[in-house]
Amino acid sequence: METIPEKPFGQEPMSTDPRHFRAYRMKRRWQETHDTFTIELAAMDGSEPVNFAPGQFNMLYVFGQGEVPISISGDPRQPSALTHTVRAVGSATKSLRRLKAGEGLGVRGPYGSPWPLEGARGNDVVVVAGGIGLAPLRPALYELLHRRADYGQIVLLYGTRSPTDILYRKELARWRARFDLETLITVDRATDGWHGHVGVVSTLISKASFTPANTTALICGPEIMIRFTALALEKRGVTPENIYVSLERNMKCAVGFCGHCQFGPLFVCRDGPVFSYPRVKGLLAVREV
Amino acid sequence: MKSLVIERTDLEKLFSTLVGRGYRLIGPTLREAAIVYGEIKTVNDLPIGWTDGQAAGQYRLQRRGDAALFGYNLGPHSWKKENLPPSLRLFSAERRDQSFVIIEEPADELPMAFIGARSCELHAISIQDRVLMQGPFVDPTYARRRNQTLVIAVNCGQAGGTCFCVSMKSGPQATQGFDIALTEVLDGHRHYFLTEVGTTRGAEILNDVPHRAARDVEKAAAQRIVDRTAATMGRKLYTGGLKEFLYSAYENPHWDDVAARCLSCANCTMVCPTCFCTTVEDVTDLSGAHAERWQKWDSCFTADFSYIHGGSVRSSTKSRYRQWLTHKLATWMDQFSTPGCVGCGRCITWCPTGIDITQEVVSLRERQPGRKEQSDGEP
Amino acid sequence: MENLERILAEHPFLAGMEPSHLEILVGCASNVRFEIGQLIFRQGEDADVCYLLRRGRVSVEVFSPNRGPVVIQTVGEGDVLGWSWLTPPYYWHFDARALDPTLAIALDGKCLRRKCDEDHGLGYVLLKRVATIIEQRLQATRLQLLDVYGNHS
Repeated sequence: METIPEKPFGQEPMSTDPRHFRAYRMKRRWQETHDTFTIELAAMDGSEPVNFAPGQFNMLYVFGQGEVPISISGDPRQPSALTHTVRAVGSATKSLRRLKAGEGLGVRGPYGSPWPLEGARGNDVVVVAGGIGLAPLRPALYELLHRRADYGQIVLLYGTRSPTDILYRKELARWRARFDLETLITVDRATDGWHGHVGVVSTLISKASFTPANTTALICGPEIMIRFTALALEKRGVTPENIYVSLERNMKCAVGFCGHCQFGPLFVCRDGPVFSYPRVKGLLAVREV
Repeated sequence: MKSLVIERTDLEKLFSTLVGRGYRLIGPTLREAAIVYGEIKTVNDLPIGWTDGQAAGQYRLQRRGDAALFGYNLGPHSWKKENLPPSLRLFSAERRDQSFVIIEEPADELPMAFIGARSCELHAISIQDRVLMQGPFVDPTYARRRNQTLVIAVNCGQAGGTCFCVSMKSGPQATQGFDIALTEVLDGHRHYFLTEVGTTRGAEILNDVPHRAARDVEKAAAQRIVDRTAATMGRKLYTGGLKEFLYSAYENPHWDDVAARCLSCANCTMVCPTCFCTTVEDVTDLSGAHAERWQKWDSCFTADFSYIHGGSVRSSTKSRYRQWLTHKLATWMDQFSTPGCVGCGRCITWCPTGIDITQEVVSLRERQPGRKEQSDGEP
Repeated sequence: MENLERILAEHPFLAGMEPSHLEILVGCASNVRFEIGQLIFRQGEDADVCYLLRRGRVSVEVFSPNRGPVVIQTVGEGDVLGWSWLTPPYYWHFDARALDPTLAIALDGKCLRRKCDEDHGLGYVLLKRVATIIEQRLQATRLQLLDVYGNHS
């Protein structure tokens, strides 16, 4: 397995020094669900925005509280509104939630490999998201829709735990109204008033319209969901080489120094987080690798 | 490479020259019943006449019958504690209004000179160079230290009980990564150092140290010493097809056997000269106005190491040992085009239960399901 | 009748089925339609139909006195609804309710059982297809059980 790091798509990282933060301030924050919020950040000095490619992430530093890798969830064509969607589960993410508008934080990045949108041109694109996994896929959807004519069918399959866990509701409503994008949403557990699909996200694969042989699939969500979804896509006839997954591991440095994110020979921070499925399929089958 | 000779009596001049040029000398010295690397000033700070008896889980200082300066092998320390300190403040930050300012760390005051680095250690340093300064990103503190540091290597005059540098092709003769390399020769009444110059910086230093061209008989004596060391390695590791083997051995039953002996204490990773894993800790003072970020050595043997929301990816000891060994001997090669092991044997010596990486590899090969008798393993 | 045979042949559940087998199945088939909210079957009732859904959506649910209807799964166009007609004592185990105006082919369960008993070749082919559906539903259910998006800390 060859793992010489490739230059990230999009733009070069700001600095080869992994300690180099840029100063940002919290512009605004809104709650997406009971445990997930989105923040929009602005460069403190009003400097040029940093371009990013869909699928990449930043390290966000909260004064004295620590640093956390968070994928960028905004529009790559509007990098000045640096947007991250965060699930508040740990101390660093909870301290991000406590930041008030105007308060400062450190940002370094963008890091990591992007979704292969260039390579998917001409293909149908199936985007499968589970839970918070929609966040790193949203920039890809923005970009796919910006360049709608470059692609065949575009399908978004989105699964969450329950209706109240659905992110980006207004946007999803707009997307569902589009004729050039098939958006199917399902929940594992229905609650009162939910009239949509019930069942795991992989059950949507048979319901969507796309040509498996000419399809590029992008998957992000909990690792179990990724594995089942990739199997279901393969079963439907999608070529494994055209399936891409975004993985999560512990990250401290984001640049391949700290060793935490190792996944077999791969550094998730540097070689990923987006991997072609055949590159990780074998490792995904090994327990505790 | 031209060989020179420095007499034992002139070695002090090498030390004083380095000090005079502003180097901080880091070298072997006796402390806490071990030979460790610390700040030294003179030749007398070296562990004169001492050696180290080593076996799996054992390290004992022993008297030599002579006055060798470098008559030991390796202690628990490696040079990584200087290049990549166990605890390092990355920056401080002060609250300002609604935000904060970052206060960069000052550069190190004095360049270091490493005295007595062994060939395996030079290989370990070049392996860490690949990780921390030769990829797309550069660790600035590490790079600064590496670029400033002068290295005086010493070829091993004896093999330690847990050494296997010959198997890893990393010793015992220093071939790269030094400014000056010495072979200590004690020949009856004579005591001298056969000296090789590795860099112009090294050559320049030697201008201030009495030396002369080596005679053939002196070169031959030094070569005999290194050859004898190579021939008496305490351990060996058969590396043929090892990477491919380990990639196929994730489910090998022997991992359970190691896990039953492994305490997950992380000693092996602390003493390993190539292990580079670190974590960061963010702290604030009581007022909350001052924050610091510290980088600390970390180990893949801890539960926190692989923690993601919900739990640790590697919760079992078995998976952690497997990760460590597989990283050293297989995945490292795909990551950095070199194994992550130099055969120094520290992980064997300092393991409280005497787990021996060379023996574990043999056992893994023997117990691999579907193994063809006699066609795998050691020929 | 010809029209019904075409509809049957086009349904994913029967795709690629041999014409001779399709011909037999047509004898058990009829067109049905359900309005929004209509109960298609109820837990405990005789399970005498296999529905091949053509349009609309149906929820498979169970009713709880204090929680109301709990939806286990939704099925729709191209899906099969119901396999309790296959195994004795032929009772439905869940409720099924139309979420949209729903069109389906109803295959009479007793008729299917009789035809399969008469022609084991047909029975084998049909059972393999039903087994595939059961496998998919079981896998989905197991995954649902895992609660992969839950907060497990």
